Amino acid sequence: MRRTVGALLRKELLVELRTLESVPGMSLFAVTTFVVFHFALNRSSVEGDLAAGILWVTLLFAAVLGANRLFVADADQGGFDGFLLAPVDRTAMLISKVLTMLAYLVVLELVAVPAFALLLLGAPLGRALPDLIATLALCDVGIAVIGTLVAALAVQTRARDLLGPLLALPLLLPVVIGGARASSPLFVSGHLGSTQGRWLLSLALYDLVFGLIAYALFDFLLED
Amino acid sequence: MTPQYGRGLRTLSILTVAMLALALVLVFFYAPLEAEQGFLQKIFYVHVPLAIIALSGFVIGGLLAIQHLRTRDSRWDMRSYVVIHMSLIFAVGTLITGSIWAKGSWGHWWVWNEPTLVSFLIIFLLYATYQPLRFAIEDPERQSRYASVFAITAGAFVPMNFIAVRLSSAYLHPRVLGSTSNLPGSMALTFLVSLIALALLFATLCKLELTAKHTRAQVRALRRRLAGDDELPARRGRSAVPVISATGGPAAGGAG
Repeated sequence: MRRTVGALLRKELLVELRTLESVPGMSLFAVTTFVVFHFALNRSSVEGDLAAGILWVTLLFAAVLGANRLFVADADQGGFDGFLLAPVDRTAMLISKVLTMLAYLVVLELVAVPAFALLLLGAPLGRALPDLIATLALCDVGIAVIGTLVAALAVQTRARDLLGPLLALPLLLPVVIGGARASSPLFVSGHLGSTQGRWLLSLALYDLVFGLIAYALFDFLLED
Repeated sequence: MTPQYGRGLRTLSILTVAMLALALVLVFFYAPLEAEQGFLQKIFYVHVPLAIIALSGFVIGGLLAIQHLRTRDSRWDMRSYVVIHMSLIFAVGTLITGSIWAKGSWGHWWVWNEPTLVSFLIIFLLYATYQPLRFAIEDPERQSRYASVFAITAGAFVPMNFIAVRLSSAYLHPRVLGSTSNLPGSMALTFLVSLIALALLFATLCKLELTAKHTRAQVRALRRRLAGDDELPARRGRSAVPVISATGGPAAGGAG
């Protein structure tokens, strides 16, 4: 199982490194969206709730963009068939795709969060960083799980580019609620707030529940 | 013997009409006027039962979908589809009545700091993609499988979403009528009767839709047998509606 996941993960990352299809697009999208927000809101710096909102909307849409491409190569170029022919546990595909999506999200945030701090954020980020990283990590797990499940659902449909985001956005709303509320006190200049534990707890609960659901249901999406 | 899908439908319908009439009588003539909101509060007897039934329907749709994935019997998929379909209609009713109530008591058609209403909107938006998802998958077997995966995920999302949204609202509106425990007896009785009446309505409508779908499939199968298998296509184009396997119907049973 571990070897299968490792091999699949290596394949995913290699494909991404050679084609550079998803991650650069996601990162560029995030930076462009910050510029769009600057002009749409007519503000040169944002703080608090507004800052958290902009960061999370941007990350969410960029993540949905990446999730939409997650299974396209497998569906179009026979990746599913090859995997189904191999005598391995099908859960390996779920785990490797979730890990791939997590890696995409981490790279995305390594670009987007500094860009956000540089371009829009009016508060210093330094001391808030540990709390922000914890929040981002918990949200990333949820986004990766739901993104993978929804991408696997949508990739076999005719309107996959439309259906993926339509399914993912409502499902990810609890992540946005948790992420935005947890990080908004971190983006206030002056007195440094801290993240409330209940948000992290609700995010962890969400990750756990949907992780189990994805684990239980993913097999049914692969049978053909 | 042909299977009779409509069995008991008439009894159920009569019972529903009787209960609905009783509920209306209780709402308008028995339940006392509420001190603060007056006549407006009567919408509570429609809005809250509609919401409870729609949410339960979504969760039940998920449970039926689990059964479908377990047994691979397309009848479970059909039940899940019908229950979710009907819950979606009840959810529209909930949003409209909730909006009217909000306008009447708080002066706005929509209030963001009422967590139940907001959760409901999110769940409605999620389930609104159920039909488009089905419609976008052509292969009937895959369609039913994917729809079940969606129904289970969304069914688990219903309680998760309520937790998240409830946490997110810093303060709750004072809900005089939040639960039945602090209702005066006559109001609680009226509420229970309306809940039962609307639940019966939900059951009747589900049964009616199931009967109609099965009857249509039966008619189609009989027509095919009359005209020969090639005359009529088994399925007209794409559809979001689950396909009932012809083997379950009377045509393949060899009864005639």
